[in-house]
Amino acid sequence: MFRFLMKGMLRDRHRSLLPSIVVTLGVFMTVGMFAYMKGVMGDMLNNTARLESGHVKITSLAYRSEVDILPNDLAMEDGPAILAMLRQDYPQLSWSERIKFGGLLDAFDENRETRAQLGVGGIGIDLYGPHADDRERWDLKSGLRAGTLPQKPGDILMAEKLAGNMGVSVGEEVTLISSTVNGSMSLQNFHVAGFIEFGIPPMDRSMILADLNDVKRMLDMGDWSSEILGFFPLPYYDDVLAEALTDTFNAVQSDPIFMANDTLNFAANLDHDDRIDRFAPYMVSMLDDSNMRDYFGYATKAGSIVSFVMIFAMGIVLWNTGLMGAIRRYAEMGLRLAVGESKGHVYRSLLVESIGVGLVGTVIGTLLGLGLGYYLQEVGINMGDMMKDSTMMMPTIIRARITPEAFYIGFFPGVFATLLGAGLSGLRIFKRDTASLFKELET
Amino acid sequence: MRTLLSILFMGSLPGLLWAQPDAIEILKRVDKQMVTESAEATATMIITNRRGRETRITSKSWSKGETTSLVEYLSPAREKGVKMLRMEDVLWMYTPQADRVIQISGHMLRQSVSGSDLSYEDMVDNGKLLDIYDAAVVGEDTFMDRPCYVLRLRAKEGVEDIAYAQRKVWVDKVRYLPLKEERYAKNGTTLLKNFEIREVMQIGDRWYPKEMFFKDVLANGQGTRYIMDDIKFGVDIPDYMFTKAALRE
Repeated sequence: MFRFLMKGMLRDRHRSLLPSIVVTLGVFMTVGMFAYMKGVMGDMLNNTARLESGHVKITSLAYRSEVDILPNDLAMEDGPAILAMLRQDYPQLSWSERIKFGGLLDAFDENRETRAQLGVGGIGIDLYGPHADDRERWDLKSGLRAGTLPQKPGDILMAEKLAGNMGVSVGEEVTLISSTVNGSMSLQNFHVAGFIEFGIPPMDRSMILADLNDVKRMLDMGDWSSEILGFFPLPYYDDVLAEALTDTFNAVQSDPIFMANDTLNFAANLDHDDRIDRFAPYMVSMLDDSNMRDYFGYATKAGSIVSFVMIFAMGIVLWNTGLMGAIRRYAEMGLRLAVGESKGHVYRSLLVESIGVGLVGTVIGTLLGLGLGYYLQEVGINMGDMMKDSTMMMPTIIRARITPEAFYIGFFPGVFATLLGAGLSGLRIFKRDTASLFKELET
Repeated sequence: MRTLLSILFMGSLPGLLWAQPDAIEILKRVDKQMVTESAEATATMIITNRRGRETRITSKSWSKGETTSLVEYLSPAREKGVKMLRMEDVLWMYTPQADRVIQISGHMLRQSVSGSDLSYEDMVDNGKLLDIYDAAVVGEDTFMDRPCYVLRLRAKEGVEDIAYAQRKVWVDKVRYLPLKEERYAKNGTTLLKNFEIREVMQIGDRWYPKEMFFKDVLANGQGTRYIMDDIKFGVDIPDYMFTKAALRE
C-alpha cells in the first residue's frame, strides 16, 4: 500500500511537490535559525570564558570585592603555590594566570619626547612558561596582522587599530605608564613585536597583550596572582559543572568565616569580621564573574521562546498545508468512499501520505538548514562595520553552531505538524454520509 | 594712683596687641617658618598601605624660590634614581628604568606619589599661604599640648584650580607652625586630607617640622609619615639642576 500511495503522490505533483517544498522551507528556516541562535550565544560564552573569566576564576576575597577597578594590590600572595595546588588537586581543568591592568601607552620620538599617548587596557598572559596554554587559547597566530608573536621578555602585541591610532610601527619601543601595586608610578619600555586583531571591537581599540612575568615586574607584584582561570576540557561552558566545582572549592579553600556567613552582601560579609582572611582564594563561575547569570537565564528563556514560536509558527503553516491538501482532495475522498473503500482506510492513507511528505520535506529541509548552519559556522557573518563603535565584548564575526539538537529539531514542525494538519482535516471523512456523498459527486 | 594705673594700662596695651595678632599676621609668620628661599633636604617617607605594610622611600630634595624644586629618590632600589622636577606649574618626572621624562599635569598632579597620602602637588608645594588664601581666626584650641590659633582659610577670589580650596589650620601660638590642618574641597565640607606636624626641630631661630603625617581621607591606606632627616636652608644651588636636561644625569 505504501508503494501504491507513494506512486500516486509522485504522479500527482499537487499532492507531493508543493507540500514538500513548504515543509522543506519551514524546516530549513527552523534548523538554520536554531543553529544561528546557538552560535551567537555560544560565541558570547566562549569569548567571555577565553578572554575574561575562564569557566571558573579564582581571586582573593578582597580582589573580588573591588573587581571592577582591577585592584592588583589586593592580589593573592604566593600565586605559584596556589597554581601548583590547583594543578594537583583539580587536574581535570587547565589553569592559567592572568593580570589585567590599565595605563597610558606613550610613543616617543628620537629625543625620547612624547609623540603620541593613549589610554590602554592590558592583559598579561603566560607566553613562555611550561603551562602557556593561553597562547593557544587566544589563537594569537590567526589574529596576528603584522610582525611576529612575542619571542622574548619585553615583547608585546598591540591591537592593530590602537597601533594605527598612535602611529606606532612594528619593532618600535613604547613606554607603558602605569601604577605599581604599591601605588608608585611605573614607566616600563616594551618592544612592539606585532599587531593583532582580537575581533572584539573594544579590545581592538585599546588593548595590549604582554607576558605575565613582564607585567608582574612592571607592577612590582612579586609572586602575587590577581586572577587564576580554570578551563574544563569542554568546547562549551557547562554551568552545572562550574557551579559544583565552585561550591566544593570554596568550602575547602576559602575563608571558613566568610563562607559560613552568606546572609550579607559580598563586601559587607568581608568587612563584618576582622578574623576573615581577606586574601584567601575565592572561586566564582563564569556566569557570576561576568555578571551574566541573569542575562544568560533571560537569553536562554528568550531563545527557547523564540525557538518555540518559530516551531509553532512553522507548525501552523505546515498544518495548513496538510489541511489544504486534504480539502483539495475532498472529491477524491468521496469517490474512494463511494467505490467501497472504508473511511478508516482512507484516513490512514492520508496520514501515511502526510508522514511521507513530512519526512521528505524534513530531511531535505534539515540538510539545507545544516548546510546553512555549517556555512555560518565556518565563515560567519562579518558585522565589523556595524559594531565598530560597540563596547560589547562580542566578536565582529557572528557564527552559527551546529549542535546535536539541530539534527532533529526540524522534525517537530516538519513531520508532526504536517501529520496533525492531515489528521485534523481528514476527520471530515468520518462525518460524511453516503447520501450527501453521491450528491457531491453529481456536482 | 589713677595716673599710675593709666601708665600701667598704656604700657601693657602693645603687649596685649602683640599677644593677639590678626589672621594675616599669623599667616605671614607661618609662611616665614614654612616657606624656604632655598633648601636642601633629605627625608624619609613611610607609607602604610591598605594591606598594612610599610614602604620606606628616602629622597633628597632641592628647592629654590616658591616654584622651583627637585626631588630625587635614593631608596628603595626599585625607586632609586626617580626624579621629579617642578618648574612653575609644570612637573616633570624622570625614571631611569625607562630613561624617559614624562610631564605630569592637570589632574595627575593630584594623584598619589608612590602610593602615599601625598599628591605630587603636596610633595613639591613651597608656596606662601598668604598669596592664595584669605584667612580668619575662628577660635583657639590646644593640639598636642600646644596652644593654637584656629584659622579658616578660603581661596582668594580669582585663585582657581588649587588642590584645597579651603583649609582649617591649627597654628602654634608661639612657634607659628601649622600643627594640624584639615584640607577641604571647594564646597568647604568635603574633607580631602588631614595633616599633622608630630615633631618639630629648631634650626637657628627657625622652627621647622621634623615629622609630618598625611592622611588622604578618600584613600584606603593607613596614612603616610614624612620625616625630615636633614635640612639646610640658604644653600646655593646651581640653576642647571632645575632643568629637564639635568634630570637624565
